[in-house]
Amino acid sequence: MPNEAGGSALRGRRRSAEAAPNADVRRARRSARARNWSLFVLFTGPNILLILAFTYWPLISNVYYSTLNWRLGSSNATFAGLDNYVRFFTSPGGLEVWRITITFTLATVVGSMVIGLLVALVLNRRLPGRTIARTAIFAPYVLSGVGVGLVWLFIFDPNLGLLSHVFRFFGEASPQWFIDPDLALVMVIVVYVWKNLGYCAVVFLAGLQSIPNDLMEAAELDRAKPLTRFFRVTLPLLSPTVFFLTVTTILSSMQAFDLLRIMTPTGNGTNMIIFEVWLQSFGAYQRAGYSAAISVVLFLTMLVITSVQMRFVERKVHYA
Amino acid sequence: MSHVRTSEHDPVQGTQHDTDRGTQHDTPEDTPVASPKPRARSRGRSDWAEAFAPRNLTATIVAGYLPILLALLIIVLPLLWMVISSFKPNPEIITLAPTFWPQNPTVGNYEYVADRVPLGRVLMNSVITTSVGAAVKVFLAITTAYALVFINVPFKNVIFLGILVALMVPPEVSMLPNYLTIAGLGGLNTLWGIILPGLGTAFGTFLLRQQFKTLPRELIEAAELDGAGHWKRLWRIVVPVSAPTIATVALVTIVGEWNDFLWPMLITDDPNVMTLPVGLNLLRSIEGATGTYGVLMAGAVLVIVPVLVIFAALQRYIVAGLTQGAVK
Repeated sequence: MPNEAGGSALRGRRRSAEAAPNADVRRARRSARARNWSLFVLFTGPNILLILAFTYWPLISNVYYSTLNWRLGSSNATFAGLDNYVRFFTSPGGLEVWRITITFTLATVVGSMVIGLLVALVLNRRLPGRTIARTAIFAPYVLSGVGVGLVWLFIFDPNLGLLSHVFRFFGEASPQWFIDPDLALVMVIVVYVWKNLGYCAVVFLAGLQSIPNDLMEAAELDRAKPLTRFFRVTLPLLSPTVFFLTVTTILSSMQAFDLLRIMTPTGNGTNMIIFEVWLQSFGAYQRAGYSAAISVVLFLTMLVITSVQMRFVERKVHYA
Repeated sequence: MSHVRTSEHDPVQGTQHDTDRGTQHDTPEDTPVASPKPRARSRGRSDWAEAFAPRNLTATIVAGYLPILLALLIIVLPLLWMVISSFKPNPEIITLAPTFWPQNPTVGNYEYVADRVPLGRVLMNSVITTSVGAAVKVFLAITTAYALVFINVPFKNVIFLGILVALMVPPEVSMLPNYLTIAGLGGLNTLWGIILPGLGTAFGTFLLRQQFKTLPRELIEAAELDGAGHWKRLWRIVVPVSAPTIATVALVTIVGEWNDFLWPMLITDDPNVMTLPVGLNLLRSIEGATGTYGVLMAGAVLVIVPVLVIFAALQRYIVAGLTQGAVK
């Protein structure tokens, strides 16, 4: 943040220029500073206290809880060291959560970005009426995950759902989406992509519209084929957008919960990381210590992803 | 989070002309979110002519409207099916040959929802938690952002950094400790227990700070010379001038609070204190097994349609807020 650095340097210089003010001035300045501080505390205090109490304090307590062998609601806990972490990284249950988390995240990130880009490319044509289309395609992104989950629960129902009617039309039996864990995962991935692709489309569209027109015209004059133009001009120029979306969609996919909980209440085959945090402490089990350890791992993972992003964004991906 | 774009426009000029056009000045020009500019509008007619010229017609339809229609169908059909099904009596749902439109439309499903969960209470709880939560959050975001920009104290940037880092902590990570805190305070099955932990706001503070920083110094200094204190400067000058950004923060917050599920679900098991999404989760566990999907669709309509209406009316602000940071 160059501005801030410059600001403080300036402040330092100002202070030294006024090296020897008389006592009155100094007192007045001190009281002004005190007044500023009390005002600052008044303005920011409540918000900062809330953030400390409900964001920072939990981070610290999670680290503490994660070292305990402790059931939620029980009054005795024993020290467990790193057992909870070891368990999450080595036990079959823990590895299964990793597998599901990675599958879900990869599939939803790639799915919503690829489809989002396709939609954005179409919407980038000057078609009358595209504003309405854009609005409609973005809409699912703002809807309640619970509501959307209910809607798709009905669509996927193997006996009564819209999809089952389609399967029946082709003479096939509907897959058992709710029973087979792998199919359940496919199902929630499809719905999650449906809900989030509009976000990717709108962000991609903004990226596409920031590509200078003359570049495309130059490529056209060179008789570059549409596909060549896409891969040689459009995509490289979109790289900052691609990078940004990759990071943000990874982060939000890792936080998916509402949809999964509604569509697959027991998490059989779909208990990715947040689901597991909930399931372990509040759901089927009461393993608070283990749940806290998973929370810590989740937080660290997200921290790493975010810092990689900040690094990169500052370095090279920006071209404009 | 340096990827977030700061606006370099003259906000004063922008706002005087733009308040009726929404977040124009804090939305990058290249965002599709911005309302059509006069330039774009005058191009509208030629867009039609261009798109439907005989030589372009095939391309327009095959590469333009067909994919758009397909995308719209995929997006809209499930929602339409939800609304239609919510008015179908049960026999029309439990059938192998469903009709598109309800043959005997009924509001029975809605009455049934109201019978199973205390619908009035649940709706009211959602309205209360959403409005109180959003109002407090926006208020705190405004005062915090103002202090961070306009009140001169040392270490201000360190404090801001602390707030920024909080932005990266997903609330789900804090659920267990927060549950213990709120339970310890006696907040289980209370509305304040639902509202309180979410009140600290990093997102709103961040967005508003970016906006406040673009305000011209002279504007604030003029007010200072007139003898207006910080409180007056904030509400008389800074807030009115930043109305579109504040609206953006408010709308995104309202939608977020309305949809919030995990935390209210942890903190309530009494239907009388549940918010709508939690009530629907309960409904799903009662009705899901029996396949009374008309009832579930009625519930889904109740949680989805209010947001759809707000979104349709004010999408510019909401999309701008949600895609902040996406566009440089």
